[in-house]
Formats: sequence, structure tokens, C-alpha cells
Amino acid sequence: MAAVASSEQTDIQRAGAPARRRSFPVWRWAILLIAAAYFLIPLYAALRFAGFKAFTQVTSYPSFGSAFGLSLRLAIIATVLTLVLMVPTTVYVHLRLPRIRRVMEAITILPIVIPPIVLIIGVLKVAPGFLLGSPNLLGLEYVVLAMPFAYRSLDAGLRSFDVKTMVEAANSLGAGWPTTLWRVVVPNLRTAMLSATVLTVALVLGEYTMASLDNFQTFPVWIVNFEQNSGPVSVAASLLALFVTWILLMFIVTVGGRSASKRGGGQVQLFTISTQTASHTTGEPE
Amino acid sequence: MTTNTAAGTAGGVLGTAGHGAGAPVVLQALSRSFGATRALDGLSLDIAPGELVALLGPSGCGKTTALRIVAGFENADSGTVTVDGKDVSPVPAAKRDMGMVFQSYSLFPNMTALENVGFGLRMRKFRAGDRVKRAGELLDMVGLTPQSRQYPHQLSGGQQQRVALARALAIEPRVLLLDEPLSALDAKVRLQLREQIRTLQQRLGTTTLFVTHDQEEALSMADRVGVMRNGTLEQIATPSELYSRPATAFVAEFVGTMNRIPGNYQGNDEVTVLGTVVPVHGDRPANLAAEVDVLVRPEGLTIEAIDHGNGIVTDRTFLGSLTRVSVLLSSEVAVKVDKTSTAAAELVPGTSVQVGVVAAEPILIAARR
Repeated sequence: MAAVASSEQTDIQRAGAPARRRSFPVWRWAILLIAAAYFLIPLYAALRFAGFKAFTQVTSYPSFGSAFGLSLRLAIIATVLTLVLMVPTTVYVHLRLPRIRRVMEAITILPIVIPPIVLIIGVLKVAPGFLLGSPNLLGLEYVVLAMPFAYRSLDAGLRSFDVKTMVEAANSLGAGWPTTLWRVVVPNLRTAMLSATVLTVALVLGEYTMASLDNFQTFPVWIVNFEQNSGPVSVAASLLALFVTWILLMFIVTVGGRSASKRGGGQVQLFTISTQTASHTTGEPE
Repeated sequence: MTTNTAAGTAGGVLGTAGHGAGAPVVLQALSRSFGATRALDGLSLDIAPGELVALLGPSGCGKTTALRIVAGFENADSGTVTVDGKDVSPVPAAKRDMGMVFQSYSLFPNMTALENVGFGLRMRKFRAGDRVKRAGELLDMVGLTPQSRQYPHQLSGGQQQRVALARALAIEPRVLLLDEPLSALDAKVRLQLREQIRTLQQRLGTTTLFVTHDQEEALSMADRVGVMRNGTLEQIATPSELYSRPATAFVAEFVGTMNRIPGNYQGNDEVTVLGTVVPVHGDRPANLAAEVDVLVRPEGLTIEAIDHGNGIVTDRTFLGSLTRVSVLLSSEVAVKVDKTSTAAAELVPGTSVQVGVVAAEPILIAARR
């Protein structure tokens, strides 16, 4: 009985395997096409609607440059502050307080849960006077907004190599804390830091609510204001925003990724964190 | 092969090995608890200059905690560690001048083999030229000159541990600490690296503390082996002494293969086992009953094919010149007996045999299980 059952099973497997192999790619392509259509058709429609003339018109507005410049400046402020604050924090939590990692995860998710208006009122209440009215204040708010993404990237990066042993090895060789962090931890966290950077920059370049509530002409705010004036030009502006952001992110990934992989680090891709040196070959080749 | 390479080139490095080599290390009554668990319970240990001492024990016996306290990664609740007569307790790990090789791969992934070995020298402010020269010498010493420009992920596990060893030795440490450095490697590589570490350690004369759970490793590499149990030393002795004259039943059973055979304690330091009266040494069970277990090594038993003997051969394991014969005694006790392979040829499973005890050496007894 058992023998019959098992031979039946292998027959089914034998018949099923090639069929599945044939049908699988079809489905994959179908899904890919549907997903692509979902993104590409609106883009194409927008391109058709705007026309090429609108693009040249957009860039000729003088306020375009200042709005884009402000967004870039905020992206830089937010990224630098985020990395300076979050890298030592996550490393410290990993090494010394692994038990509060869950608490950290909960805390860092808060900016997503709390409505932006609440964050803004909070920040306005505690911000020192010289920052009020300065766009730098918005940079600080973006640090808070970016925290969930930055923390998760860095946390995953720290899990991809044995930080504790690396730090102890560096210590035993005579490296103090700052040296260990700078020469050992940060270089191996490069991929994760890059990923945190990409997410922060993308967030800042696309953020509308806070900027408009705070009354700053960032790039997204400028686009929305523009929309009220002319249809095709505002669509061209949105498309431009999309492409510029995309090109900027590709640039960060390519530049950062190249130096990381040269050093034997992981390949960087948008929104994925590849683990470093996961595979070791065992056994001596000699 | 690699050992020869090492022998040829170590001279240059040895020449520069100055203050580093051979500091005496004393662990004095170290205790350390983690919550309710007492990891170390008054551990004391003297390591002579240039000596390699292995701490051997089952997991959780406190051996790794002891090593980490010496390294400065953990603090002892009480007790001191002195190196060269000075208490190092207040000294942070980075200033202790101790080279360490870790169980897990610990090379910095962002640096080449050469840069890894040079890292400690860089911390000691060596000029770039001297650093590269010296790191190169050390890589040569472990036979990895061709791999000096490779990154850790391009090296095999064994190569990585050799680079880690070179890195630890590059700083001319006063003490070398080895935390199960071979346990992640496969058997053949482990064997090679075992010899290489020992050869280098002896040549450089670096005082070394080596932690392992592998008794074969401890016995083959160390000058002295300390067997640990429940946070303290059960016995510390040379490998041969540990094997042939274990002080306690725990050591006897942890090191090497040991048979437990029911015996009758006579009270006057003698025990009757398998019909022979044998002198007893070491611990006596606290509640001394007449019925005890006698601990006998496989080579301490005799075996002879005989009709209606006291046991039946159940299995044989060929070990080269020796064959280990498994016998089920009539008292339902299974024992292992070593016999030369030629003599064991006739002892096929099922053979009736007579097993006896060689009465030459005093033996250990333990409470009946």
C-alpha cells in the first residue's frame, strides 16, 4: 500500500515538475506587465499631456531654482544629522543594550504613527528662538521623520556582520572607542548608511505636508502652488521632480555602491540591503 | 609545508620581539556571576612565562568568562589578574597589550589581509612603511604572503584564522589569548592549524591562554591543561598526567574514554573489580557504600576469547594499530577494551570473552550510578 502511494506521488511529481517550469515564467511576466502598466500608463499619459515645451518652461521660472535648492539643502542637513545621531545610537544599542532593541523599534516607529501636524506643533513649542522661521528647522523635523527608515536600515546593517567580535578585536589591538567606530564599524556599515541616506533623501525631496504647514517653498510645495496656475506646466514639474529624485538616488547608489563593492562590501540596490560577505568558503585551497 | 615556511622566516620577527614575549600571568580567586548564574567561582591559575595553558571544560564551565576577564572584556566581581606582577584590572582592553584570536571570524571585512595584520601597528603609530614590512613578515610567518592583498571574504576559514593569528601576534602581545580559534574549521584544517599555532607560540615564547571544549586540542597543544567545572579548576596538570592520573572522576571521564565498572570497595584503600583486588587513589565517595563504580581506561582492561567468559563482544572499531572492542559484560555493563589490531582479529562480534583488570596502577572510584 505504502509502496503504491509513494510511486503514485513520484508520478505526479514527474508530471508536475515540467508543467510548472513551463507555466511559471508566463505568470511572472503577466504580473510584471500588470505592475508595470500600473506605473507606466499614468506616467505616459502625463508626458503626453504636458508636452516637451512645458518642461523648458518649468525650468525657466526663477522660483524653480530656489525651491529645488532649498529641498537639496534640507536633504543634506537631514541626512548628515540622521547619520551622526543614529549610527552611534544603533551601534551602542547593539553592543551594550541589546535588550532594549524592541523598545527602540517601537520608539522609532512613532514618527510614522503620529500625524505630522502634531510633530510640527511639538517641534515649534520646543525649538530655540533662532531656529523659528529658519528653513533649518524643517531639516530637524525631517530628521525625526527619517528616523524609522534610518534606524531600520542601520539595524539590518549591524546584523549583517558580527559587530561585537569586530569591536572586541579592534579593542584588543589597541583601538579606543572613536577609532573603532570610525575605522571598523562605519566602513562595514557603509551599505546600510547608504540605504539610510537614500531613504532620507527620497523622503525629504517628496515631503509636502510639513513644509507647507511651516510655510517654506520646498520643491514639492512649489509644484503644488504651481499647479494652480497652469495645467501642463505643473504636470511637467511633477514629472521633473520624479526624474530628478530618481536620478539623484541612482547617483548616490552608484557612487556609494562602487566604493563599497571595491572594498569587498555588498552591492547596493535601491531599498534592499544586501548582507556583506555572507558566504565563506571552508577548507584550505592549498 | 606551511610550518617549513614559518621556520624559515620567523627569525626576523623574533629579532624584534622584545618586551612582548613571555610575561607571567596570575589569576587570583576570580569570581563572576551573571544574574543567578555563577560563571566563575574563585578561579586561581598561574601561567609561567612562555607557557601555553589550555582551559578545558564543558560549555558553561566558565572558561570563556575567565579568558574574557583576562582580555578586559568582562570585569570580575572579585579577584585579580596580574601580568608581569602588575594588576591589570583597571587597565582597559585597548591598553592591555594582549593579542586575541576569536572563535568566530573576526577579520575586518573592509581591510585586506595585510591591512588587518597592520591594524594593531597602526594603533601603535608605526610609520606606514614599517607597518607594511612587519605585517608582511607576519603574513609570511603564517604562510599567507600570496593572499596579503585579498579581502577576508576571498579567504577560506582556515586562512582567515591564520590572518587573525598573525594580526594578534603582530603587536608583540605580552599575552596571547585564544578563544576556541579552531572550532569553526573543518577537521583537516583544524589539525594543521593546531600544529602551526603551537610551533609559532613556542618559537616566539608568548605566554598563551587557550580556551577549548575539545580535549584532543587541549591535550595535543598545551604545556598544561586545566580542566574546569562549575567555575573553578578541577585539576591542572600536564596532558599525560591528566590522562594517566586524573585527580577526580569528573576529569577522568571528561578526558579520554573511560569505563565505569561496578566494584566492591573494601574500605582499606582497595577495591575488587572483575575479580581482581586493585589499590584506590583520589576522591572517595562521601557516603561510602560498599558498591562503587570503578573507572578504568580501555587500555587498562585485558580481554581474552574464552568459552563461558564474563562478556560477549558486541562491536569493534578499527583505530589503526589498535582496535577498540565493545563488550557487554554479564552484569549488563558495556565496556570498551583496546587491543592490538592483530590480536583483536579473532574477537568477532558474538565471541565469548573474559575481561579483566590490569592491577598495576591505583585507580579511581566513584559513587555507583
